[in-house]
Amino acid sequence: MSDYILEARDITKTFPGVRALDGVNLRVKRGETHAVVGENGAGKSTLMLVLTGVHRQDSGSILLDGKPVHFSSYQDAVRHGIAIVYQDLSIVPSLSVAENIFANRQPVNGLGFIDHKELVRKTREALALFDLQQIDPMIPVKSLGHALQQVVEILKAISTDPSVLILDEPTSSLTDVEAAQLFLNIRRLTARGIACLYISHHLSEIFEIAKTVTILRDGRFVCDAEVKDIDEDFLVSNMVGRKIADIYGERPAAETFGPVRFEARGLRREGAFSDVSLSVRAGEIIGLSGLVGAGRTEVGRAIFGADPLGAGTMFLDGNRISPRSPHEAIGLGIGYLTEDRKTEGLYLDFPIRMNIASNRLERLSRGPFVSESRVKEAAERAVRDYRIASGAGGKPVRTLSGGNQQKVLLGVWIGIEPRLLIVDEPTRGVDVGARSEIYAFLRALAAKGTAIIMISSDLTEILGLSDRIYVMRSGNIVGELEGRGATEQGVISLATGAAAGGVGKG
Amino acid sequence: MNWLKRVTRQREFMIAAIVAAVFIGMSFASPYFLSSGNILALLLGLSIEAIIAIAMTNLMVSGGFDMSVGSIVAFTGAATAMLMVKGVPVVISVIAGLAIGGAAGLFNGFIVAKIGVNPFVTTLSSLSIFRGLTLIITGGKNITGFADSFKAIGQASLFGIQTPIIIAFVLIVIGDIMLRHFRFFRRNYYIGGNERAARLSGIPVDRMKMLAYVLTGLFAGLAGIVMAARLGAASVTAGTGLELRVMTAVIIGGASLQGGEGTVLGAFLGSLLMALITNALTLLGVDVYWQTFVIGATLLASVLVDQAGKKRTQAAVPLTAGRVDADAQKRPS
Repeated sequence: MSDYILEARDITKTFPGVRALDGVNLRVKRGETHAVVGENGAGKSTLMLVLTGVHRQDSGSILLDGKPVHFSSYQDAVRHGIAIVYQDLSIVPSLSVAENIFANRQPVNGLGFIDHKELVRKTREALALFDLQQIDPMIPVKSLGHALQQVVEILKAISTDPSVLILDEPTSSLTDVEAAQLFLNIRRLTARGIACLYISHHLSEIFEIAKTVTILRDGRFVCDAEVKDIDEDFLVSNMVGRKIADIYGERPAAETFGPVRFEARGLRREGAFSDVSLSVRAGEIIGLSGLVGAGRTEVGRAIFGADPLGAGTMFLDGNRISPRSPHEAIGLGIGYLTEDRKTEGLYLDFPIRMNIASNRLERLSRGPFVSESRVKEAAERAVRDYRIASGAGGKPVRTLSGGNQQKVLLGVWIGIEPRLLIVDEPTRGVDVGARSEIYAFLRALAAKGTAIIMISSDLTEILGLSDRIYVMRSGNIVGELEGRGATEQGVISLATGAAAGGVGKG
Repeated sequence: MNWLKRVTRQREFMIAAIVAAVFIGMSFASPYFLSSGNILALLLGLSIEAIIAIAMTNLMVSGGFDMSVGSIVAFTGAATAMLMVKGVPVVISVIAGLAIGGAAGLFNGFIVAKIGVNPFVTTLSSLSIFRGLTLIITGGKNITGFADSFKAIGQASLFGIQTPIIIAFVLIVIGDIMLRHFRFFRRNYYIGGNERAARLSGIPVDRMKMLAYVLTGLFAGLAGIVMAARLGAASVTAGTGLELRVMTAVIIGGASLQGGEGTVLGAFLGSLLMALITNALTLLGVDVYWQTFVIGATLLASVLVDQAGKKRTQAAVPLTAGRVDADAQKRPS
């Protein structure tokens, strides 16, 4: 029996024109959580695809429990005891919990029919693993919250009885509380001897959950280490290969802000939020914090006219406004950068320039005709200004990395020269390097006089960038804090309505 | 060189090249092929479906499609004919016919965009409803006995070219420019590309979708009138199966059922290619039963070539963005 349950030695993988992996090593001990970190494009995903048999390495070897193995396919890797939980959920929302967990492996009776009793029993057994006996195995997965859906995903992966479980950005759609629950579950798995390979952009998570870490950069192995021996600075500087100063930049003095740009009084909508009053000055960035489900996104969408507003008044530069559609809001100079760039932010199959033009066709036209030269010019300016690594210009934005996609989306919205910009989870799924750039772009936009409302589940980001912080709980604004001097504890206790218990990623 | 590359990537260029190849090949293979009689007959034959294909392209770009156009052709043809037979002046009957086509489209559009029923189910239902209405109002009988002024819509000619061809060509040119460059219609690409994102981009998605169905109904209505005028009769079976030919042409021309891509020129080239193949097989004396087979094979081949091409290179045209399913390739199944 080897010390390491999974070992990759000197893995090299080349795609036409790109060396995705170049001599990468990985050593994972049984029953421990091992983090793999690196910027987007560092080779994490490719490495996982090699480890799960989707891609075949050009050279190098994979050892399971000390014995060399070759995976001919994903199914073959699963048979060898490797399982993966994907970043985007792969569950079927309309099917039951049981059918999702045992998709294609439902227990059958002698005649080949699905044995329902056995299916329910096995599902209960699986749910009990995470103390979730109260969940009915037969209810459709779509009726569960995001975090529970993820649990179903994990149960599905471990139902194949793996010795190594790969988790790819598992917390990207979870709140801090849900993430804490996930970590608890991961510890339960490792206690049972399952090794977890953990991929995440949230470096603070690594210190919370991982025992060891491997750092990749530009497809190369940088080093591996015991987490207890290192700090966040070490991780970041090894990931990016240089020192990154304070990624949030300097907060401007409050005197530099202009007059109140936007004010909301008593906004409410039945079932979403009930008492929201806030104001933001020209040049100011306010953070809107709170647990997922507190109503932050709903407020943002209502201000933008994307969802109806029940009651309340809004003022932009002192004038009463009531946009009833995004079209009207854009006309007023309000932008909204959605939290969900893939499903409702970008046009993934379109090239950058079609995306850049999407919300300002009027400005990029001559008369009633779209001006291709203006569109091209606007796109080129966005690529330059936001340092978007785009390759050939005609490629669909789907082919860009998460960070570059987010920069395109930012370009789309800064392009309308908004007076008020609402950004919802502006750095979700974005690596450290691109993240610090996005903060700089937001700060620069504010410096030109735009008022910014930033909705975020990432506490570090809220604390690092906001000039003022509003905290929401169950549809109400329950507190307002100065950005300078605000603490994690302070925000969490407001958000949860209790004395803070130290739950959090940030 | 860069310019040439970009042009060759375009779907339209590819089909145009195939059309040209068939054209050149046939002019050697059959002495009759290049005669003006044959070419005009060919164009006249495709003019009806080409008219509908213009609006269908717009609709499919926005992510919708319409199975009921064949039935709308019959319904508007019959309704217009009945009005005229009852003594309503020709001009008013034609306008009423167009309005009926537009109303039929509005019916589809309302159900799809406002109620949210799937376009396939909606228009599959209205395919039967409009055909049924045609049979009800006519009692199942064809209607004849039109004034010459009406027949002129389908039978007159200018410089030896029949009016249906002229109507189709004028509308194709206008339609192509509109869809390609007009800001108003450009929004349909965004709706087809990502409907939810389009809403947040400030595009009035529901109104645009309804309008796309109205236009499709209107163009099908026009096609129904032109067809009745050309044949001198409104037939209750007019346009049967036409919806499939129109959609085949639009898809060969670069549109997809997901929406977000396609051009009017492409759709026209698609229907031209289909007509050419039929014509060529006839002239070459191939058994007529092969025609349907070859059309199907052409559709499949065009989609397969497209799929392969998009994996290698990305479309660089302003309107037809390439579609690479990188995520799907990554994900094991």
